[in-house]
Amino acid sequence: MGILVLCDTDGGAPRKSAYELLGKAKALGLGPVTALVLGSADVSSLGGYGADAVLHYDNAVLGTYSTGAVVKALANAIAATGAQYVLASANQVARDAFPRLSARIGAGYAVECTDLRSEGGKLVGRRPVYAGKALVDVATNSAVGLYSVRPNSFPIGASTGASAPVTVSDGGVSAADVDVKVVQTLAPEGKEVDLTEADRIVSGGRSLKSKEGFDSVVRPLAAAVHATPGASRAAVDAGYAHHGDQVGQTGKVVNPSLYIALGISGAIQHLAGMRTSRVIVAVNKDADAPIFQYATYGIVGDLFEYAPLLQKEFEKALS
Amino acid sequence: MKIGVCLKQVPATDTRVVVNPTASGILTNDVKWEINPYDDYALEEAVRQKAAGKGTEVVILTVGGAETEQRLRDALARGADRVVRVDDPAMAGADALGYARALAAAAKAEDVGVLFCGRQAVDGDNGAVPAMIAELLGWSQVSWIDKLAIDGGSFTANRAAGGGAKEVVTGALPGVFTCDKGLNEPRMATLPNIMAAKKKPIVVKNLDAIGLSAGAVAPLVAETAMSLPPARPAGRKLTGDAATVAAELVRLLREEAKVI
Ligand SMILES: Cc1cc2nc3c(=O)[nH]c(=O)nc-3n(C[C@H](O)[C@H](O)[C@H](O)COP(=O)(O)OP(=O)(O)OC[C@H]3O[C@@H](n4cnc5c(N)ncnc54)[C@H](O)[C@@H]3O)c2cc1C
Ligand SMILES: Nc1ncnc2c1ncn2[C@@H]1O[C@H](COP(=O)(O)O)[C@@H](O)[C@H]1O
Repeated sequence: MGILVLCDTDGGAPRKSAYELLGKAKALGLGPVTALVLGSADVSSLGGYGADAVLHYDNAVLGTYSTGAVVKALANAIAATGAQYVLASANQVARDAFPRLSARIGAGYAVECTDLRSEGGKLVGRRPVYAGKALVDVATNSAVGLYSVRPNSFPIGASTGASAPVTVSDGGVSAADVDVKVVQTLAPEGKEVDLTEADRIVSGGRSLKSKEGFDSVVRPLAAAVHATPGASRAAVDAGYAHHGDQVGQTGKVVNPSLYIALGISGAIQHLAGMRTSRVIVAVNKDADAPIFQYATYGIVGDLFEYAPLLQKEFEKALS
Repeated sequence: MKIGVCLKQVPATDTRVVVNPTASGILTNDVKWEINPYDDYALEEAVRQKAAGKGTEVVILTVGGAETEQRLRDALARGADRVVRVDDPAMAGADALGYARALAAAAKAEDVGVLFCGRQAVDGDNGAVPAMIAELLGWSQVSWIDKLAIDGGSFTANRAAGGGAKEVVTGALPGVFTCDKGLNEPRMATLPNIMAAKKKPIVVKNLDAIGLSAGAVAPLVAETAMSLPPARPAGRKLTGDAATVAAELVRLLREEAKVI
């Protein structure tokens, strides 16, 4: 019965996505909500966001991700709570662990939902397919259902200040469960927020003409509006930007409130990665570029002329 | 050691999606089919590992109909040795776990020691089948790799971690790896290789031949009511001299759209 929510933590505290999922889980009204926390963290805030109980597997083995230990811990948590549904934020942990868990316990897996609702006592998700060109409803018909949820799908309410009882254990896992071992963590290439979580993005395309062009136009404009720089595949393939900067169907799917596209034509594969952005600004010298069909605000003009002007205006507005 | 690679045929990424009348999927009349773009990296990695002496043979494993054979021939021309294609009417209703069961059984029957997959198939965008295969076989798995070194029975790989970070990981084979952009540059088929590929074998097996019943691929997940995302409201073009337009845009972002 009820919902188990895998809560992400960062630096020993729950992440925003944990509060987002707990609030939604509570609102679904499908039974008690248990927050599951893996590794050492301060779990005292979780009750205020919707957790009826907290299961804290405070075990150093779970502090660094390993498939073997985390999948086992999740299976143990499901058995301990008898949860009918398990929610997790759609990040690398869920991407790696949920399908394996699904095969282990025979649980249906609904992938990267952007909406959840309860229907006749069952959990129904809605998820993008074909890179967001279509949406489907998705439901599991197994005893346990696993649902991963894209970050920023639901608003986060204020804490009620409630506290929830905490059960602490080692989760039944030990160092022997670590299969693939992390030997080193490599920091992201840029110091900005990762594209998939960024609230503002400034992207550049092939039209930047060179890495110097990209570095001297896109990056400073992004910095001026506190945004993460992104790129079209054409810009990445030409070496102007890193692989990790690519937005689109074969790059990152992003969901910012502001997306500024500089000299990007708006190919269907690029649009697939950014079409859900709340506000899209396009600067392109071709008035017929497909990106304008999606742009909230369009500027027909030369990006090399507009980018410095915009940079100055943003610096003024945001200082 | 034999090297396996899982290839799926999917609609080309520039496909304009049209939902079918029963909202159970897309209309495929005008669809151009391709190998899933991430599977191209998996194939290339398999071929390179074999060339580096890490494997004896590259076996393509796929679940799909006869219409996929043209694309499979192309993959053979890019360096794979043969294909095992699982084709069974029971697969029509399968979900990711059903596909994984079929591919795991095929991998076992072929006795492969390492399996390369794409990070996700760009039709359903699940990214689920490979880790399911790894669990069904009891193997290691590493998701979203962009670097791999195999050394005897062990491996070192770079995988994606949270927040755009990467992790260097080590583990033991057998293993399933899901391949991301950046891992390698997939090659094109050359004409002589296209000719040679015509003679390479494509073996078709039904579920019975790989030891599975139809019940083993019954779905646990139902996807229904396919729809198109809501259209975006029409936008607005700003005109005038550049300095005025730039100032106006920033004002609109702040006062109208309220995003800065
Ligand atoms: C399998 C596959 C997967 C793909 N995945 C992706 C993906 O994930 N992401 C992605 O982005 N693409 C992807 N693509 C590529 C995609 O089809 C396009 O080729 C690519 O997005 C084009 O990038 P672009 O807009 O920078 O370049 P172009 O299409 O060349 O457009 C350049 C634009 O810049 C404008 N321009 C030129 N100079 C200036 C100037 N001085 N000022 C203002 N405007 C100017 C032009 O008018 C034009 O509209 C994929 C393709 C395939 C086949
Ligand atoms: N029908 C299939 N045939 C062969 N390989 C598949 C099939 N379905 C999935 N795969 C493999 O699993 C990966 C991830 O697919 P998915 O989980 O469907 O997103 C793909 O990139 C393929 O390598």
